[in-house]
Amino acid sequence: MDERNFTFMFYGFTAAWAVLVLYVLMLVSRERNLRRQLDGLKSLLEHKEKR
Amino acid sequence: MREKVLYALGIVAALLIARNLFHIFLRFPDEASQGAIFRIIFFHVPAAMTALLGAVVALVASVGWLTTRRLRFDSLAVAVTEVSLAFLAANLITGSIWGRIIWGIWWTWDARLTSALVCWLLYAGYLMLRRAIEEPTQRATVAAVYSIFAFVDVPIVIFSIKWWRTQHPQPVFWAGGSFPADWYWTALLMLLAMLLLGGVLTAIRLRQEETQREIDSMRRYAHAM
Repeated sequence: MDERNFTFMFYGFTAAWAVLVLYVLMLVSRERNLRRQLDGLKSLLEHKEKR
Repeated sequence: MREKVLYALGIVAALLIARNLFHIFLRFPDEASQGAIFRIIFFHVPAAMTALLGAVVALVASVGWLTTRRLRFDSLAVAVTEVSLAFLAANLITGSIWGRIIWGIWWTWDARLTSALVCWLLYAGYLMLRRAIEEPTQRATVAAVYSIFAFVDVPIVIFSIKWWRTQHPQPVFWAGGSFPADWYWTALLMLLAMLLLGGVLTAIRLRQEETQREIDSMRRYAHAM
């Protein structure tokens, strides 16, 4: 019981932090994607304004 | 300046979490009847409180949008809802793992667990609803009304253990429980750490939402040129 108890405590903390870390990774990926879109649009607008 | 404040708050949250984990794993003895698994409560309860406080902020932001029509309120509502959903997911998962050891089952359809799951599904539905509507003003209005409706479940989650007989235990922190004083202190610091972490993540997500609006307006401008 005690060993199983300890193992499940480990699972609990791992799962909880995994959820939060996964969310942070999603935020990082979204940030990269947004920055790429923003840079692309800025250069497109500059190009259009020059013409 | 804003970036530096966010970094500073993130570092404070990380230090608090490190301090708390040290106490939880290395200083506190096992609880007499539950053994090692009781330690999950130091994550489970603060995560729930952070998520439910996020739901209150989402409610205020949704009412703010409907009364002022300032899109910043809508951005805040979506940012805080998404972050709260992550904390509520962590709360549900840790509760389920604790239940497997203490109750011998992963899940039971009692009032607290069911209302918390319904809460998670309602707010997940909020995010899905937003994806389905293109026009920003219409999206903000429909989402705000939906968010106010979803909030009805929050008091049910909180008071379910008072209103009905549930398998879920009665509150042990700040409600007449018999834990030692340093356990209360660590639980309080863990709550503070999670609130800081939630605040930082919400601020980052809010900035992303504003960047997305900027991208959408630039796209419209580029299309009109």
